[in-house]
Amino acid sequence: MAPKLPPQHPLEHSTATTAGQAHEHDDHHHYGGPGGIKRWLLTTNHKEIGSLYLIFSLSMFFIGGIFALVVRAELFQPGLQLVQPEFFNQMTTMHGLIMVFGAVMPAFVGLANWMIPLQVGAPDMALPRLNNFSFWLLPVAFGLLLSTLFMPGGAPNFGWTFYAPLSTDYGPPSTTFFIFSLHIAGISSILGAINIIATILNMRAPGMRMMDMPLFVWTWLITAFLLIAVMPVLAGVITMMLMDINFGTSFFDAGGGGDPVLFQHLFWFFGHPEVYIMILPAFGIVSAIVPTFARKPLFGYASMVYATASIAILSFLVWVHHMFVVGLPLAAELFFMYTTMLIAVPTGVKVFNWVTTLFRGSITFETPMLFSLAFIVMFTIGGFSGLMLAIVPADFQYHDTYFVVAHFHYVLVPGAIFAIIAGVYYWLPKWTGHYPDERLGRWHFWLSVIGVNLTFFPMHFSGLAGMPRRIPDYALQFADFNMVSSLGGFLFGASQLLFVAVLIKCVRGGEKAPAKAWEGAEDLEWSVPSPAPLHTFETPPDMTSQAPQRH
Amino acid sequence: MRAMLAWVTGMGVSWLLAPAALANGWNMPKGVTEISRDIYSLHMTIFWICVVIGVVVFAVMFYSLFRYRRSQGAKADNFHEHTTVEVLWTTIPLLILVGMALPATATLQRMYDPSGADLDVMVTGQQWRWHYEYMDEGVSFTSSMSTPTSQISGEEARGENYLLDVDNPLVLPVDQKVRFLLTSDDVIHSWWVPELAVKQDAVPGFVNENWVRIEEPGIYRGQCTELCGKDHAFMPVVVHAMEQDEYDEWLAERKAEAEAEANSVDREWEMDELMERGEQVYGSVCATCHQQDGSGSGQFPALAGNDQMLDDVDWHKDVVVNGVSGTPMAAFGGSLSAVEVAAVITYERNAWDNDTGDVVQPSEIQEMLE
Repeated sequence: MAPKLPPQHPLEHSTATTAGQAHEHDDHHHYGGPGGIKRWLLTTNHKEIGSLYLIFSLSMFFIGGIFALVVRAELFQPGLQLVQPEFFNQMTTMHGLIMVFGAVMPAFVGLANWMIPLQVGAPDMALPRLNNFSFWLLPVAFGLLLSTLFMPGGAPNFGWTFYAPLSTDYGPPSTTFFIFSLHIAGISSILGAINIIATILNMRAPGMRMMDMPLFVWTWLITAFLLIAVMPVLAGVITMMLMDINFGTSFFDAGGGGDPVLFQHLFWFFGHPEVYIMILPAFGIVSAIVPTFARKPLFGYASMVYATASIAILSFLVWVHHMFVVGLPLAAELFFMYTTMLIAVPTGVKVFNWVTTLFRGSITFETPMLFSLAFIVMFTIGGFSGLMLAIVPADFQYHDTYFVVAHFHYVLVPGAIFAIIAGVYYWLPKWTGHYPDERLGRWHFWLSVIGVNLTFFPMHFSGLAGMPRRIPDYALQFADFNMVSSLGGFLFGASQLLFVAVLIKCVRGGEKAPAKAWEGAEDLEWSVPSPAPLHTFETPPDMTSQAPQRH
Repeated sequence: MRAMLAWVTGMGVSWLLAPAALANGWNMPKGVTEISRDIYSLHMTIFWICVVIGVVVFAVMFYSLFRYRRSQGAKADNFHEHTTVEVLWTTIPLLILVGMALPATATLQRMYDPSGADLDVMVTGQQWRWHYEYMDEGVSFTSSMSTPTSQISGEEARGENYLLDVDNPLVLPVDQKVRFLLTSDDVIHSWWVPELAVKQDAVPGFVNENWVRIEEPGIYRGQCTELCGKDHAFMPVVVHAMEQDEYDEWLAERKAEAEAEANSVDREWEMDELMERGEQVYGSVCATCHQQDGSGSGQFPALAGNDQMLDDVDWHKDVVVNGVSGTPMAAFGGSLSAVEVAAVITYERNAWDNDTGDVVQPSEIQEMLE
């Protein structure tokens, strides 16, 4: 996403703000630092870094998407046509790694960078230099990861979950580079999370209490704590792999007295909270957009906060549901079945709250709203299949089949990614000063919805019919489902080019947006001009005099 | 508005289609065991619960979207809290979940009770085949995919059981409680037959348990379901369930074969016999990595013209029997018989253009194994 640089001529800003809270001083609109590439390398401005994150994540979204299309092309019909199994496995692995660590996570961090200071009335992130460092670690990490594709033995080929010993004793030589790149990306995430927590806890406008914060800020605060809690676990497990591969230890090597199942416990102790890291900020975005276009306050603000916190706490108690067939004792299976089912309660509360927010509203259907509504419906469908997967006896049939692939793609694509896209459409006027093209946006929306469902809905059936995941070739009874999925995949992939078109058009021009770009929008970011000047809230807005926003 | 209608129609159609599709045999199989039918009914129960909740929630949602459009002059209300409703929609789902957890717990407890088994079968995963050992019967064999590569590449028409056929299926008696003990020689595999509702990981260094009591004779097919390397897709599981008397006959035959083979270890074998047997073993065990023509691929070294191997018979024997640690080369001393190992080594030393003329006798291998 490429929002235009904040204009450098102070005069453009004299079109003042609606609320008198943004006290700009003209000299602050001038960008005084170095120009050209150095400006971007050295920037400490939260808006510029936010844009860098978003552009980076969009590029990764397309690279990961191309890998997915290689997979879908090979699976278009039975037999091996385009790629060999070795390369196919590299594609599924890299698709997962790039999408999780390179596309979804940085996109949320980019949105956080842009919006959290604006939503809490802070002039910037609390730790601007650290912010710059966190971002520039990412191109290094993912450059390294992508370079493994050109190494002898190829890229990682053991799935994004990189189970030992397939990834240790049996992995390609590039595994060490993969570990290093994941370490770097992990450091970036931890630093980013520290920065977000520091900003939210210390830099809120005077008078803004925790329970006055927009839900995007709340969900990100909780997400940041999850990141700090689990990224070190990931770092630990990949360091143990590194030792097993290069220094002769046997953490995960049964031949040396190690334990391959320990790997899975450690990985999923990171991995399950990671799943919520990728969805909680999405809840925040949808909780901002739905009230705006229903022109009605969010229903159950407090219960939203508590539900988010409950989901975060429960996320540490459910990791074994990824391992139900690994051979664990009955007591463990029962405990983790119950905790997993329990997650449905706070998640249900969220969906009910959004639906009730719509009830007796005054609803319009701009593009951000369309993506948010699709999020609610399809995330719920993903939640239902999640509930089915929680039933351990049934999971013995579902586990590691396309039913699981369908489930997590429903929560990640029309879930996390639709929410990110909705957020981009919603905040583009603030970033660029122009509304995104509504007609193109609608095309983008409808083609994406059709593409996503064509791709992932049939996967429920292929999984139930018995198709395992991560296979480059399949038995003939799965042929029809796979053909539909592949066609849907290409439709979805192609329709994202429309998104790029919308972004470029919006950066270049379009209908001018006022400070409060959406009629029903109430949060603090809508009090600064559109496009938001380079520096905002240098004098914090005084919230003490305001009526409590939410209760 | 038109968009709205399209949305509602689209969602409605897909929700109507989903159950219709399930009725059309796209669903989880009911299977042929008591457990598999219990699992199927749990699956359908939770599915219908989800459908009902989905219909209610989405009905309210789409009613609101339709009824409260601003284009139709809807004025927004301002309510944003309602304690009773919030308590209700927290407790009702909780009760539904408890109702669901009870039968699931009962089924799981039965799945976790392998006691009183009539027959124990050790299942060992290897890249990329299964090895079955009938405990206490002295019968064991390897089961590899038998779909020819020409079907995979599309040079030949694909058969009915494309990718789901093996050379030696696992043969089991019906109406007997069969306990599986699962482990692996290399990476983690997972042994799955949907009709039997048995899916259990085979983990190196661990022995996992699962069990089945098959009720109907027949051939049941499944696959490895844990990513285990390049030929993960080509590691099918085939179970042939037979009536007891048929099974007894089959077992007696296999036992006789095994005995004959054990007795033949000490005799002097001819080159031709070993080559013939070796070619079979090579095709079913070695060719997936080292290729049918011995040319190797990727990290798997070529055997045709491999000087180290051809110059040093003892090294060759050691590699096949004990494997090479830190590489995918497994120790085949555990899963192949002395005759099979001797045959395959003889084959590798004389096939293609290797022509060393070396004959490795089963008795030499037997010595190494002891």
